[in-house]
Amino acid sequence: MMNRQGRPSSTEGSVLAEHPTFTGNRALAQEEPLLFEIGRADVTGVDLDEPEAFTPRLGGLERTVPIGLPGLSEPETMRHYVRLSQQNYGIDTGLFPLGSCTMKHNARLNEKMARLPGFGDVHPLQPVSTVQGALELMAELSRYLTELTGMPAVALQPKAGAHGELCGLMAIKAAIAARGEAETRNVVLVPESAHGTNPATAALIGFKVRSVPARDDGWVHIADVRPLLGPDIAAIMLTNPNTCGLFEPRAKMIADALHECGGYFYCDGANFNAIVGKVRPGDLGVDAMHINLHKTFSTPHGGGGPGAGPVVLSERLAPYAPVPFVVDVEEVSYKDAGPASVSALVEAARGRGTVTSDEVLALRKPELFSKDGWDAAVAELRAAGIEVTGDPSPLVVRHSSLDLIEDAAWYDEDAQPFGRMVAFHGQMGMFVRALAYMLSHGADGMRQASEDAVLGANYIRASLSDLMSLPFGDKPCMHEVLFDDTWLADTGVTTLDFAKAMIDEGYHPMTMYFPLVVHGAMLIEPTESESKASLDLFIAAMRDLAMAAKAKQTERFKGAPFHAPRRRLDETGAARKPVLRWTPPAPVAAQAAE
Amino acid sequence: MRYLPLTEADRASMLARIGVAEIDALFADVPDGALLRDLPDLPRRKGEMEVERILGRMAARNVAASSVPFFVGAGAYKHHIPATVDHVIQRSEFLTSYTPYQPEIAQGTLQYLFEFQTQVAALTGMEVANASMYDGSTGTAEAVLMAHRVTRRRKAVLSGGLHAHYAEVVRTTTQMAGDEVVSLPPDVTASEDIIARIDDETSCVVVQSPDVFGNLRDLRPIAAAAQKHGALLIAVFTEAVSLGLVESPGAQGADIVVGEGQSIGVPLSFGGPYVGLFATRQKYIRQMPGRLCGETVDAEGRRGFVLTLSTREQHIRRDKATSNICTNSGLCCLAFTIHMSLLGEAGLSRLARINHAAAIKLADALAAVPGVEVMTKAFFNEITLRLPKPAAGVVETLAGQGILAGVPASRLYPGQGLDDLLIVASTEVNTDEDRAALVTALTGALA
Ligand SMILES: Cc1ncc(COP(=O)(O)O)c(C=O)c1O
Repeated sequence: MMNRQGRPSSTEGSVLAEHPTFTGNRALAQEEPLLFEIGRADVTGVDLDEPEAFTPRLGGLERTVPIGLPGLSEPETMRHYVRLSQQNYGIDTGLFPLGSCTMKHNARLNEKMARLPGFGDVHPLQPVSTVQGALELMAELSRYLTELTGMPAVALQPKAGAHGELCGLMAIKAAIAARGEAETRNVVLVPESAHGTNPATAALIGFKVRSVPARDDGWVHIADVRPLLGPDIAAIMLTNPNTCGLFEPRAKMIADALHECGGYFYCDGANFNAIVGKVRPGDLGVDAMHINLHKTFSTPHGGGGPGAGPVVLSERLAPYAPVPFVVDVEEVSYKDAGPASVSALVEAARGRGTVTSDEVLALRKPELFSKDGWDAAVAELRAAGIEVTGDPSPLVVRHSSLDLIEDAAWYDEDAQPFGRMVAFHGQMGMFVRALAYMLSHGADGMRQASEDAVLGANYIRASLSDLMSLPFGDKPCMHEVLFDDTWLADTGVTTLDFAKAMIDEGYHPMTMYFPLVVHGAMLIEPTESESKASLDLFIAAMRDLAMAAKAKQTERFKGAPFHAPRRRLDETGAARKPVLRWTPPAPVAAQAAE
Repeated sequence: MRYLPLTEADRASMLARIGVAEIDALFADVPDGALLRDLPDLPRRKGEMEVERILGRMAARNVAASSVPFFVGAGAYKHHIPATVDHVIQRSEFLTSYTPYQPEIAQGTLQYLFEFQTQVAALTGMEVANASMYDGSTGTAEAVLMAHRVTRRRKAVLSGGLHAHYAEVVRTTTQMAGDEVVSLPPDVTASEDIIARIDDETSCVVVQSPDVFGNLRDLRPIAAAAQKHGALLIAVFTEAVSLGLVESPGAQGADIVVGEGQSIGVPLSFGGPYVGLFATRQKYIRQMPGRLCGETVDAEGRRGFVLTLSTREQHIRRDKATSNICTNSGLCCLAFTIHMSLLGEAGLSRLARINHAAAIKLADALAAVPGVEVMTKAFFNEITLRLPKPAAGVVETLAGQGILAGVPASRLYPGQGLDDLLIVASTEVNTDEDRAALVTALTGALA
């Protein structure tokens, strides 16, 4: 049998089955033991010199129990993890149509930029004067995000989408508390189609979750929302484009209705990739929306993270944004911790005749951060008979124009931060990558990317809709297309089986069984990174599989995958008797206990 | 645009297959007026060279830790990362994979997560660890929420040695949830009486060691007192290397151990991404937040790994989940695991000794600077100094001379009367010359 590119694909008379190997390896497919089975306690892959003798000052808290950590030499380490990597499927391996996850190309330029020492090797608590470029990058990223969303403010700290949801709901909670309605306004509406993080986030900070029923057209209806509205409603969390792959045409009406009843409109922005440069959520009444930089802006998913989930905020929520945030010292005024002004410092220092440059800088007046401003202050003090001793840091005077507000007490605007979400300032490594993506694409490239993502998904829809069933009829989708399993009825093949057979064909499966409102959901998101040839091959493979399913070739599906590093894994057994760490085999354990 | 493979001809033929005349027909559900006609007010696409130039310029405005004598710690630490680590985490199959929801083609990720969980459990002296939290601070907030679930109580007591940001994150999260938090004032010399604050309503006491000021704290009496009152001890650390030399929190009786794993394999990166380590007792696993990887077998009986106990998680339990976390710190776990495999027990304990020895040298050298008092007696690689004048200005002055001297306590505790305190860390990256430069510069700044 030949495949579509004219290469042989047959596994009849399978070599694998008929020619077992002694090692269990199959040429390039290597079995790899656990680190703990190959490492040794006395081996290390790092050359470090023992320090000169010293007397510990550990307060008597020296370790008495060995850790039990094996080590590997460097070549062993390399081989171990390279072999493990070969058991993984990534975007670079092939099309990765995982709906809701936006598995687009991860440009290596972005990796390179994040590793510049000026970004990768900078400590979060270095003096602000030594990280002006980092603050500039954060300010620039903020500008891009607010421009693309049409929102006035952004909180950069959240570490992923779910954390962004938390940030947005915390801002909403703070705003409600400021209105004196903390006790009464405590319900968050969540459509049944929402991602699990939405209700989980609302519940985490004590909101009651009420669900909005699904309709058979895949949209949230204002008629279903309106009866739920009242003085107890804090917010709705609506995903737009939604998890069914559709744009919510009534988003603005729903936002208006929420606002009328005194609630807020939280938008789950996981699917922003469909509309960048096409639609600004700010035009649709959004009060808060997280942006998964690891989806829309291509920071790598890394096998489950790290991500980043900045949240854009409306005028009404902006004052409640958490600390820290970056400000332009030219444009803000500070509250004064010490004497209110240079003249007050003159008063305070009268009799002493001198002040230190540190004392002057501690005024934290924005003008002091410029050479002229500094000279003016020194002159004013001198005129009053007070000398400034010690040089100000040249770095401060020369460079500082951005400041990091970590404590709102400094900051004289009407900020009322709800608190802090993370130590430090957020996922800087992801900020660099995302900005590199944005600069590379530009306004034109980002819009084109969204259009191509939507085009690709609709192309797949149009090419498969004769075989597979669309739960909401054959209407245009956004950047992902949702099928259900109606078309598999009576075939004996389930969505899960179908997904596993896709693995054998060399594809990562689509998202399955999500959203929950559709039976046997298959959510396919090709992203803009696929060529037409790649889409055509995928479509052909899907059609072949679909026809095989309809022809009731169930063995192809039931046992799949046959060709992956592992066959189907026993998940029930794993949960029933959880083994969550390696433990030494019995005899060794007995020896250790002696 | 170099990232977009479709040609205009491709687009036209795809639109034809779909049966629409133009792309905007696919955006028909967007209400009138909301579909943008003009491009956003942002620059056009750029080539690689130009992007490198722009970002390179920004990066050059920052002082990189490796380029100066560097003593900044207080929750994130400058350590050397072996070249192998950064190479392996950039392998396509790790970097560009997703959460291992399809285990048959994600055994690479799952196996390293299993190794990671085992390493973290061993290091902390606990029975089980999860597959990471975002970082140490959010992990600490999750630990408090978990303690509330386990004890069915809602009051947390936070030590004054807990990193200020961690305490703020805990306060923000738990107060939003309507829970009570008792925060003890900053405790520079580890002299607070936290045991007196534990009562029968306390769900957990949160103690960091080494603490934010560098002090090592004996957790054993606190664990005993907590147990007596039916409360849990949450032990926190921000310097994972310390566990190579110091008795593990598990061996000292902690019920939940949570910490920042950045020190092992993860660059400073201005505060993130980092990796939260989270470990506890086996009996609490169903109350744990975050993903767990477990061992199982495949249809042919071969060992394999899967994500497990997901009935705790948001995608199954929704508003009843133990946490809302979804994306976590996967690739940083890998970095941690590779670095830890390279170190092994022998390497880690030696690295810890080097750090401790470095800090002892630094403490002694700084104690000899006129006007400086070393406040920290029992420590790992970090100490707090009392200076004769505000530390923030001194740090600025030294930064101007190309030395990053540490973190002024006032940066973490503004307006709390700690202005003359400076937190200084020393790791294996510091040379004797670095320490001498700091001593000289500090002597000058205080003269
Ligand atoms: C619709 C939707 N909302 C929220 C999330 C949560 O985002 P994260 O995994 O970044 O926390 C996801 C993705 O996982 C999602 O698909």
